Amino acid sequence: MIKAENIYKSFGKLSVLNGISIEVRPGEVIAIIGRSGSGKSTFLRCLNHLETVDKGTISIDGETFVSNGKYLGDNDIRRICMKTGMVFQSFNLFPHMTILKNVTEPQETVNKIPHEEAVKTARELLKKVGLSEKENAYPSQLSGGQKQRVAIARALAMKPEVMLFDEPTSALDPELTGGVLSTMKDLAKEHLTMIVVTHEMGFAREVADRVIFLSDGKICEQGKPAELFENPQTEELKTFLSSLLK
Amino acid sequence: MDKFIEIIKLTLPSVAQGLIVTLELFAVTLVLSIPLGYLIALMQRSKARIPLLRWFLRWFAGGYTWLLRGTPLLLQIFFIYFGLPYIKIGTFQFPALNNMLACIIAFTLNYAAYFGEIFRAGIESIDKGQYECAKALGYTGSQTMRKIIIPQMVRLVLPPVSNETITLVKDTALVSVVALNDIMRETQLKVSALSNVSPFIVAAVFYLVLTLVLTIIFNRLEKKLCNY
Repeated sequence: MIKAENIYKSFGKLSVLNGISIEVRPGEVIAIIGRSGSGKSTFLRCLNHLETVDKGTISIDGETFVSNGKYLGDNDIRRICMKTGMVFQSFNLFPHMTILKNVTEPQETVNKIPHEEAVKTARELLKKVGLSEKENAYPSQLSGGQKQRVAIARALAMKPEVMLFDEPTSALDPELTGGVLSTMKDLAKEHLTMIVVTHEMGFAREVADRVIFLSDGKICEQGKPAELFENPQTEELKTFLSSLLK
Repeated sequence: MDKFIEIIKLTLPSVAQGLIVTLELFAVTLVLSIPLGYLIALMQRSKARIPLLRWFLRWFAGGYTWLLRGTPLLLQIFFIYFGLPYIKIGTFQFPALNNMLACIIAFTLNYAAYFGEIFRAGIESIDKGQYECAKALGYTGSQTMRKIIIPQMVRLVLPPVSNETITLVKDTALVSVVALNDIMRETQLKVSALSNVSPFIVAAVFYLVLTLVLTIIFNRLEKKLCNY
């Protein structure tokens, strides 16, 4: 579904990604974990061209938009990257639109879906994330957890093949993370392909098919969550996991 | 008191004539300088792929703003009205403009520089996340501006734009120096003709009413747009 090979990326002199390769199968749920600064968010943002890579190849659903660091034209990149949907740490809802409009607007503008159909899709998705009664509210009237569920609905409305989650619960109060995580669990059950950068080890352990541990811009260790968490092989992962328990 | 009322009666018709000129200049300047200002703001933030073009656009917009904000509007009016006809580039000779046209050009160019800065600040104060999110959803650059950035920007720039607009009403009084018969010049003519300063009060009332109307319009607009 997504294939990234040998991704290198640096900001100035600081090299953030040092040759990461992954292949994500359809329906797979991947959790990317690691310390802050390990490059996990940057890597995720490279997958939908929010960051440009220095070297490497990325394909989505069999279509390559960057090959050995050389990008296609803007329109082709956009077309290919639209197969991904993204959920951000800071929600990024459009503050000047109602909740319903937040979910219908991108469908109408980007996917050219007729208004009635967009509204129908939006209402279904808002129902799914449990926010039907908020459709006429503005984002400023919602809690963080509610905003994030709207952001998920908005991304899903674009019918992406893969969902990318960039620390979706990191900006939330602990008691608000539950709703967002359970929405994500539902999506995983429906076999949506998901790549989740997260600090929620409980979620990673319970929902992910595969956990990838990044350290210094490289994949340090990966595997099934049970193996990885019960039996870490590398010193880095051991230290990381024990630091979480403190 | 009777004399005062008499003088007001004599003054009103000609100042009302002047009002039409003032309004014309005001409206045309506003309609032209806002889009031009927006263009300047976009140029200043140019993301053109070709480095030389990007550099040129930014440099041009920066230089434009510096020049037009850095010299008095009065000087600019004089320059366009009196100075331009002396300038010859190759075989091209700038034409002598009538005073209304010269003033419209000077005001538009000048106000575009100020509006440009206001819009640039407005665009830059929109959270980076909004652009990223629009990009991730598949919006093109122009769709992002139209649907996401400008609607949020309008709300932010409304108070400074309203400020500039009110300043513009009062700045129009400058055109009396090139013999354009606006409120101010009509008033001055009456003052000399009647050897009485009361017409100035009439002019003040005219300007106050104009700015009051604008204040009310902008307040309404702000209420309407700030519904979130």
